[in-house]
Amino acid sequence: MSAPARLRPRSSPFVWLRRNLFATPFDAVLTVSLTVLIAWGLWSALQWAVIDATWVGDSRAACEARDGACWAIVTARWRQVVAGFYPEGHLWRVAAAGVCLAMAVSPVVVRKGWSFALAPLGVVGAFAFLGGGGLLPRVPTEYWGGVFLNFLIGISGAVFALPLGILLALGRRSHLPVIKTLSVGFIEIVRGAPLITLLFMASVVLPLFTPTGVSLDKLTRALVVITLFESAYMAESIRGGLQAVPKGQSEAARALGLDPWRTTALIVLPQALRVAIPAIVNTFIGLFKDTTLVYVIALLDVTGVMRQALADYSWQGLEAEAYVFIALVFWITCFAISRWSARLERAGGRLKEAR
Amino acid sequence: MSAPVVEISGLNKWFGQTHVLRGVDLTIAERERVVVLGPSGSGKSTLIRCINGLEPYEEGTLKVAGVDLAGPRAEAVAAKRKTGMVFQSFNLFPHLTVLENCTLAPIWVRKVPRRQAEAEAMAMLERVKITEHARKYPAQLSGGQQQRAAIARALAMHPEIMLFDEPTSALDPEMVGEVLEVMTELAQGGMTMVVVTHEMGFARQVADRIVFMDAGEIVESAPPTEFFTAPKSARTREFLSKIL
Repeated sequence: MSAPARLRPRSSPFVWLRRNLFATPFDAVLTVSLTVLIAWGLWSALQWAVIDATWVGDSRAACEARDGACWAIVTARWRQVVAGFYPEGHLWRVAAAGVCLAMAVSPVVVRKGWSFALAPLGVVGAFAFLGGGGLLPRVPTEYWGGVFLNFLIGISGAVFALPLGILLALGRRSHLPVIKTLSVGFIEIVRGAPLITLLFMASVVLPLFTPTGVSLDKLTRALVVITLFESAYMAESIRGGLQAVPKGQSEAARALGLDPWRTTALIVLPQALRVAIPAIVNTFIGLFKDTTLVYVIALLDVTGVMRQALADYSWQGLEAEAYVFIALVFWITCFAISRWSARLERAGGRLKEAR
Repeated sequence: MSAPVVEISGLNKWFGQTHVLRGVDLTIAERERVVVLGPSGSGKSTLIRCINGLEPYEEGTLKVAGVDLAGPRAEAVAAKRKTGMVFQSFNLFPHLTVLENCTLAPIWVRKVPRRQAEAEAMAMLERVKITEHARKYPAQLSGGQQQRAAIARALAMHPEIMLFDEPTSALDPEMVGEVLEVMTELAQGGMTMVVVTHEMGFARQVADRIVFMDAGEIVESAPPTEFFTAPKSARTREFLSKIL
C-alpha cells in the first residue's frame, strides 16, 4: 500500500514576521526604525509632490503661497513639453505622427510575421506627417521637440537598430573574413566611443568635411548616429542569444536539406531572439534614455525644453520640479517597456526547457 | 540488382591532426540494414555524418545514390537530401510544434503546398504512433516521443536511406523499447538503414550485416549470426567479450 498524500502544512503570516523581521531584539529595533524612516520619507515626498503642490499658474510667483512643488512650470508650457515649438495650427500632425509611431511599435503586441512590416512604415509615416511636403506645408526639424522628439528618436532608432544589430551579429559569426572583420571592427569602434562624442562629431566635425552647400539635417544626423551606436550594442545582445542555440539545431536543419539562409532565418534566429529578449529590451531602454543626449547638439527634446524654461526669468529656481518631471516621464515609459518584455518572456517560456 | 545507395571507398578524415577515418570502404545496397558497432571514439558517428554531408572529408570518394558528394555542388546537395538523419539528442526544433517540425523542410525545401505537407506529416506521425501529440511542442513530450517525432520529421523528406546516430543513447531505459519498435517496423517496411547503436538485441534481430569499427577503420563486416558467434578478428572478440 502506498503512503497517503497529505496537505502541505500552512505557514501563517505571523510566523513569517517573527522569523524574518523580529527574530532578535536587534532585528525588532531595526525593523521598527526603518519602517518609521521609510514612512516619513514617503509622506514628505507625497506632501511636496501632491498635497502642498501648486498645479497651475503663469509664473513661479503663483506658487509662492504654498510650500510644495510648483508643477506650473510643466502645465503652463505643456504644449512645448509635448511637441516642442511645432506650429500651433499644425499640432494635429503631431497626433497623426503619434498614431504612426504606435503602429511602428505594434509588432510587439501583434506578434505575427506580417506585422513587422508595420514598423518601418510607421516610422516613415511619422516623419512624413511631421516634415510635410506636397499638400502639407513643410515644418523644419528645428521646430520639432518635447517628449515627442524623444519618442520619435527612440522608436525610429529601435526600429532600425534591431535589424542592423541582427545583421552585425550574424556578420560577426560569418565564415567570410571580410564580413567578419567589418562587423567586428564596426562594433568595437562604435562601442568604444561615448555617444555624446559621436553626436558632437556628427554635428560639428562632419560638416567640416562635406562640400559647402551640402548640409544634412541636424535631426537626421542625430538619428543616424544613435541608430548606428545602438545597433552595435544590439549586435552584442543578439550574439549572446545566437550562442545559446545548440549546434545540433543547425545540424538538424542542414540534415533536412535547408540551406544556410533558411537555417538561420527559420531555426536559429527565432530561438536566439527569444533567448536575447531581456538583453534586447535592456538595449531599448538604454536607447530611449540616450535620446536626451540630443540636447547637446541643440535639439529641443524634453530636457532641452525644460532647460529653456528654467532659463526663463519667471521660472528660475525650479530645477527640482523640472528634473523630477523628466525622470517620471522616462521612468514610467521604461517601466512599461520592462513589464511588457516580462510578458513576452513568459509567452516564450513554455519552449525554454525543450532540447 | 539496383545500384548501391551508398558507395564509400578509401575514405580518410582528420579532425585537426587526429586521423579519425582511415581508409574506410563500405557499400550499402538498397533495402539493406546495416548496424555499425564499435567502441566510443572509433569513428562510427563521424562515418554516418560524412554520408549526409554534415562532416567534410579529406580523401576518398563517397557516393550517395550514385552521386559523388565532392562533385558539382547542385548535384551533391540533391544527393544529400536523399539521406535522413536521426540524432542522439533528437534536435527537434523547440519553437515549432511537432507537426511544424515535420512540415518545415517539405514546405521550404521540397516546395510542397502546406496542406499537402500537413497531410503527409500526419501520415508519418501515424507511422511512429504520435498523431495525438501533433500540436504539442517538443518540450511537452517524453524523450521517447521526441525521438519518434524526430524519425517522422526525417521520413517526411522521403529519404532513400535513413541514418541513425545512437538514437536510443539519450533515452531513459523504459523508453528505449518504443523507439526500437518504430525502427524495426521501418526496417520491415523495406527502408535502407544505417544504425550506429549499442543495442545488441536490435543488431541481432534487425541487421542484415554488422559493421565493426575500431580506431577509424572497418575491422569486420559480417551477417549478425556469424558476427556474434564466429568473429574473425581478435579486436572483434575483445569488444564482444566486454559487452556480452
